[in-house]
This record gives sequence, structure tokens and C-alpha cells, in this order.
Amino acid sequence: MAELLRTHPLEAWTTAFERLPDTVGIAVEPFVAMADVRLGTVDSEAGTRLGVDLPTEANTWVPAEAGRAVWLGPDEWLLSSTTEAPEELEARVRAAVLPLGGSATDVSAQRIGLRLTGARVRDVLAKGCSVDLHPRVFGRGSSAQTTLGQAGVVLLSLSDTGEDHVVLVRSSFAGYLADWLLDAALEFTHTPTR
Amino acid sequence: MQLIECPWCGPREEVEFSYGGQAHVPYPDDPGGLSDEEWAHYVFFRDNTKGRFAERWNHSIGCRRWFNAIRDTATYRFERVYRLDDPKPVTP
Repeated sequence: MAELLRTHPLEAWTTAFERLPDTVGIAVEPFVAMADVRLGTVDSEAGTRLGVDLPTEANTWVPAEAGRAVWLGPDEWLLSSTTEAPEELEARVRAAVLPLGGSATDVSAQRIGLRLTGARVRDVLAKGCSVDLHPRVFGRGSSAQTTLGQAGVVLLSLSDTGEDHVVLVRSSFAGYLADWLLDAALEFTHTPTR
Repeated sequence: MQLIECPWCGPREEVEFSYGGQAHVPYPDDPGGLSDEEWAHYVFFRDNTKGRFAERWNHSIGCRRWFNAIRDTATYRFERVYRLDDPKPVTP
């Protein structure tokens, strides 16, 4: 039987990303474990059991122990962990929310992350996204589920200067989004010569 | 493109939403006692309003929640959005 190698959906784009200038940096984030949490009421007990206070404000995310907790809906969150294996995260989160009537599902294989950094990143994103990305509105801790180009994404802001974002995109859309981002960044990649 | 205000997420592009038909169609009190014709009216028959119309919408590429909206079918303007558990707003 042929050996099945674990490959990243964006492996073929790595060289193109590396050639980009710092003003529109795109980097592929390493695989992380992610779990989708459904929970009716969020109280301090849920926070203690999970080890993170789930954000109840719409369009926000908070840092968790070794990952992030992203608001996806009034009763839905995305928890990620860089230190745990997907099964470990799912089991831990499920054990934490099950007694409270909640549920947790491993969705690690669903999305991959792209880190966008640089002074012109906001201009690139604005080409395919109607959300106001000005740091005054979309500062650190903000998140949005929206469309970027034609792909549905979860957008996270990591800085108050608007120069550091993470885009979570479904693996099967990652190639499309990578092409779209490179095309959108094209005008910022050339230094005019005189 | 028109922005639609999701009651949870805020303004988002129209393509992120999907339409769910007329809102506030009550489930029959006594489903077993309905004739075929009455069932057909409950399942298939909807108002065809010109002007303000209460509709169900879903923010499908976002928080995936259903909500209601008052939309003018002639101008396509969204006049009000409200959550499913909110009463139908009285519009002038």
C-alpha cells in the first residue's frame, strides 16, 4: 500500500508567499487542533471547566491557554490549541461542556490559518471584504465571519494597528484564497523604478 | 452591493444571506384536523405583497442564525431586522 504523507493544502504556494514584500506578508500557520463548541448559557462555571471565558460579545475572540476562543454565534465557539492533539482537545472540551448541556466536535481538518502581516494588508483584504477593517473598529480581539473574495472565512485581528491578521479558511478553498490573495497583493509587490 | 444588517454580526454583504420566505406563518393548532386543502394552504400558499413584507433570512456564510426582516419588495430596502423571538415590529 502506498504510504500516505501528510501534506499541507498550500504547500505549492509557499515559494510565492516567501517572495512577497514585508508590507503584504502572507505566511501559512502550522496545523492546530480546533474544536467547535455549542453551549447554551455561558457562566463562570463554564469558564472554570474550560479554562477560558468564552467571549459572549459578537465578533470577538480571546486568547486561550494555548490557542484561541473565537465567537462563531450566540451559542457557538471555535476553540483552538497549539499544544494538544485534535482528539485530546475534543475529549477535554467535551468533558468540560457535556455536564452543562453543551457539545464539542473536532473540526481540526476543516480550516487552515493564514497569517497576514504588514502595512498594506488591510488594503489587500478590503478588496474582497465589506467589513470595516480600520483598527479603530476592528482592533485586537475582533473577529468576523464573512466572505473574502468568494470564500467564507473567519477573520481575526491580532493587533491594534491593523497590520496583523489571521484568516481561517476551509482547506478546500485554501488554494483559491491563496491565488486570490496573491492577485490582490500584486499592486503592492512592485517597487517603482525611475 | 447591498449590506444586510445581521442582528448578531452587524452589516454584511448580501451574498452571505439566504432567503427563507414569509415570516410569522403559524403552525396549525390542530394539524390532524386539517383537510388536504387546508394543509396545502398552510404549506404552499404565501402572501405576494408589494411593499413592506416580513421575511425570514439566514446569515448562512456567517453566524448561520435565522432572523426576521421587514423588507420592501418594491425597492428591496431592508427597513428593519429583528431576532426570531422578537415580536413583529409595527411599521408606520
